[in-house]
Amino acid sequence: MNRSAIDLWVGIFVAAGLAGLLFLALKVGNLASFNTAPAYQVYAKFANIGGLKARAPVKSAGVVIGRVADIRFDNESYEALVAINLDAAYQFPRDTTAKILTSGILGEQYIGLEAGGDGVMLKNGDRLRLTQSAVVLENLISQFLFSKAAEPAKEPAK
Amino acid sequence: MQIVAALRQRLERLGAGVTSHVWRLGFASRFLAYLVVHSGTALRRFRLTIAEIYFAGVLSLIIILVSGLFVGMVLALQGYDTLQRFGASESLGVLVALSLVRELGPVVAGLLFASRAGSAITAEIGLMKATEQLSAMEMMAVDPVARVVAPRFWGGVISMPLLAALFSAMGIFGGYLVGVQLIGVDAGAFWSQMQAAVDLRNDIVNGIIKSVVFGIAVTWIAVFEGYDAPPTAEGVSRATTRTVVTSSLAILALDFVLTALMFTGGGHGQ
Repeated sequence: MNRSAIDLWVGIFVAAGLAGLLFLALKVGNLASFNTAPAYQVYAKFANIGGLKARAPVKSAGVVIGRVADIRFDNESYEALVAINLDAAYQFPRDTTAKILTSGILGEQYIGLEAGGDGVMLKNGDRLRLTQSAVVLENLISQFLFSKAAEPAKEPAK
Repeated sequence: MQIVAALRQRLERLGAGVTSHVWRLGFASRFLAYLVVHSGTALRRFRLTIAEIYFAGVLSLIIILVSGLFVGMVLALQGYDTLQRFGASESLGVLVALSLVRELGPVVAGLLFASRAGSAITAEIGLMKATEQLSAMEMMAVDPVARVVAPRFWGGVISMPLLAALFSAMGIFGGYLVGVQLIGVDAGAFWSQMQAAVDLRNDIVNGIIKSVVFGIAVTWIAVFEGYDAPPTAEGVSRATTRTVVTSSLAILALDFVLTALMFTGGGHGQ
């Protein structure tokens, strides 16, 4: 095999390899983490974040409008402090409610925003006052058991 | 007294074994440094490296593509069997893509590369040494490391990430063939869930980093074993075997270390 034929094959190989990389990057992966769209950051405190992870989606009306940037533990209020990056294209009133929700029964957890009625919009660095923590299954079960135990027996046991 | 002497002999042998391994490691590191410093020729006369990319990369294409296709197809079959018990068969794309991009692509492509190209590199350099071609080059004031070893090293290092990417891409295609075309998972769910779950920085770039590291490790071991081989038929054959064994172990060990570094730091910050 002479030189030029080798060059051709190597060229095909490199092009195919790069095409494979491109396929992985565009078709398989999402480019969201390199998203450089302007964003602003707001904070929210939750008593319990459940299984929320950094980079989890933030949705309003089911549409992804941002991502969780960072999760920290606030050592003064003993709550979780969650930093949220919101796309600058979406403005929300100041009294927006943040809830930690679950997609499906066993799905990943995300933050759902529900817009309030305030005329003033959220700015970079603001904190969401109204939050609702994640539902913890154990707490639900114990609540259910307690309410069952508190119920008066309808039929005396024979 | 006899027991003490026997014990001492054993200890000495153990110590000599350890020392010789450490000595080889040091020599191999020095060899790598020398190789990188003297790779100017390989990069300036890039045709030398291109020829090596042909031998290491292009000729490994068939085995990489076919293995990737079958690994992806098997993943889809096995994954579907488990996922459908939980009613989550739509996540098949996620399963196939993440396992290929994060682990199987770099690791299996690396193992195939070590046995297909690494052993060939070792045998070639070892034979050139045994037939005194390397000494002849030195006689002609041509540095054999710069002229023979460096192009092979860079050819391997360049080929390996491309091969791993092709392996992953082919595997995902195989998973698509079995999952969507054969089993009948919804094509939209297959791709969209995959795209939602696979992250460019955390999954794909980390997979590429892995394949680059494996490429460097395998080719380094291959060229070193060839260069260090005793110049006999037996020596070359042993060096070739050692290349495959050592680089396979190196890939698996490095994979553990890299995975621990890359994928377990979650939760804080990233």
